[in-house]
Amino acid sequence: MAPKTLFDKIWEQHVVVEEANQPSLLYIDLHLIHEVTSPQAFEGLRLSGRKVRRPELTFATMDHNVPTDDPFSTRDEISVKQMETLTKNCKEFNIPLADLHSDQQGIVHVIGPELGLTLPGKTIVCGDSHTSTHGAFGALAFGIGTSEVEHVLATQCLWQKRPKTMRINFVGKRGLGIMAKDIILGLIAKYGVDFGTGYVVEYAGPVIEELSMEERMTICNMSIEFGARAGLIAPDETTFNYLKGRPYAPKGEAFDEAVKEWKQLCTDPDAVFDKEVTFDISDLEPQVTWGTNPGMGTGVTGVVPDPNDFESEVEQKAARQALEYMGLEPGTKITDIPVDYVFIGSCTNSRIEDLREAAQVVKGKKVAPGVTALVVPGSKAVKKQAEKEGLDKIFIEAGFEWRGAGCSMCLSMNPDVVPPGKRCASTSNRNFEGRQGKGARTHLVSPAMAAAAAIHGHFVDVRQLDVRRRDTDGTSYSA
Amino acid sequence: MEPLIRHKGLVAPLDKVNVDTDQIIPKQFLKRIERTGFGQFLFYDWRYLDDGSPNPDFTLNEPRYKGASILLTRHNFGCGSSREHAPWALLDYGFKVIIAPSFADIFYNNCFKNGILPVTLDENIVEELFQRTLANEGYTLTVDLEQQVISDEQGWSTTFTTDPFRREMLLKGLDDIGRTELYEDQISAYEQNRRKIYQLVHKP
Repeated sequence: MAPKTLFDKIWEQHVVVEEANQPSLLYIDLHLIHEVTSPQAFEGLRLSGRKVRRPELTFATMDHNVPTDDPFSTRDEISVKQMETLTKNCKEFNIPLADLHSDQQGIVHVIGPELGLTLPGKTIVCGDSHTSTHGAFGALAFGIGTSEVEHVLATQCLWQKRPKTMRINFVGKRGLGIMAKDIILGLIAKYGVDFGTGYVVEYAGPVIEELSMEERMTICNMSIEFGARAGLIAPDETTFNYLKGRPYAPKGEAFDEAVKEWKQLCTDPDAVFDKEVTFDISDLEPQVTWGTNPGMGTGVTGVVPDPNDFESEVEQKAARQALEYMGLEPGTKITDIPVDYVFIGSCTNSRIEDLREAAQVVKGKKVAPGVTALVVPGSKAVKKQAEKEGLDKIFIEAGFEWRGAGCSMCLSMNPDVVPPGKRCASTSNRNFEGRQGKGARTHLVSPAMAAAAAIHGHFVDVRQLDVRRRDTDGTSYSA
Repeated sequence: MEPLIRHKGLVAPLDKVNVDTDQIIPKQFLKRIERTGFGQFLFYDWRYLDDGSPNPDFTLNEPRYKGASILLTRHNFGCGSSREHAPWALLDYGFKVIIAPSFADIFYNNCFKNGILPVTLDENIVEELFQRTLANEGYTLTVDLEQQVISDEQGWSTTFTTDPFRREMLLKGLDDIGRTELYEDQISAYEQNRRKIYQLVHKP
């Protein structure tokens, strides 16, 4: 049998119909929905008199619109309407919903994995581009539009053209203070924001194998930021250990059986990818973006680039526009850039490990005067765990606001907005113009870098700070 | 969905790379529960000044581009979010065709689902079209999906390719779901078969 990639294996297990000159009909194992991209899909079903084919393979939550200070205080009538519409639709179509009253509520890409809904080998879709997050478990997971949401609700299938495959091999020694966020931002800065367009990307290599599940999720989450349809990491013991005992994961013997299946989910030794890249992280620094897309970034010891140094006229123009929007001068040292806001949260970096990283930096310190700093756990479960570990106290004592679960300041569809002209160090995934609020200036960073910026009032190199450092193998902390 | 076979329309240039979905339709306008009415918010932060008046420096606000239905832009158009509100806004504003050297995947898909034709052309050809659009006020193009040819009124033309499946769906204005339902037997058989090898439904 011809050797196969991990992607090939998952894809082939899910093809329902394959005919020449048309996309394949792919079966979807898990459909996650939220309040923003689903209402028009349900409306479509009603108009055409269709039902939800497999409500039990569908799971809903509320995240984008949720106010994180007091979830029941939604001031915005239309937000309320969207959440009420989701409740009504889930009831009508018999779909499980983790609403604001549920202990399971949280950002859709945080709760899927923590509930064990996300499992290796599944096909997972959601009307949200960061669905790529779930690829960390060796699931084929990608974002879809609302028409496709309606299609999956009605048929549990999707027409998909087989994408091209790419493998990125991460090699080299992970330096002190280098987080998963730095690895993915570094990759995008090097290769550009459309490097992955048309591909499903498998992240592989020794660096990836050593990452925790939270770190893998951060990497896969940002696959879409360089255009990739999905990101994949082969499941291994780290994955199985994470999943064991999760509410929706198989139990007992069924779990052991599942693990046997999941162990098959790896790329065969001689499998061929359409594209293969090796990325050496040995010299990688903590990353900070200076522009208005995730590829416009540099190491923390760097400077804001000069637009004239870019190759093409189109790129020069884009860089010029970005610097104008960001209010930055070429040559400014990254560590001289002051921040007004700090946001630790989002489906990229709001998991327990992210909060631990940030708390390490914050412990015993104070947020710099004039800086507004928020920590927004990704789910109620993350919040509960963090409080159990006393992380909330560390943040609160330092002057951070400790919030409830939701998308929050990542996209400002809720009351958490960065005001015009203000500068935010953010652990989220997009620094697009207006993403965090009209005129808001976003710098993407890791949780540790965001925490350090909050304490110092400007970007600092976390590697220079007197905090407990990572062991040299980069996998655990020394006391 | 409206079929799209041949479209003739005024061309509007948007000379930016990596135009993301947050620019096409800022998130504060995602809160409707209908598919319609998004055109008024298209490119909102570029199109309007802080006081809500039209920004005279934004290309689409120039009188010569009023009524444009073909958008000409640069590479990686539509990157970012999966929000279908982006094509809804473009369509509601009046755009039926978007021409660029490349598109982001999800956005590209979403266009076809809504009767918008995204045309990928070589970067040099796009550059030439920019120059022609800027040089000729009232510059129009005819986009023929059936023949896969784009032409102007001065005799310039080029060919393009579209995925045959998507092309057919667009030419006929077909609804995906109705088509999928024809495969009900295969879907049921798949579900039966798969149940044996892999427990799909997990109960807590």
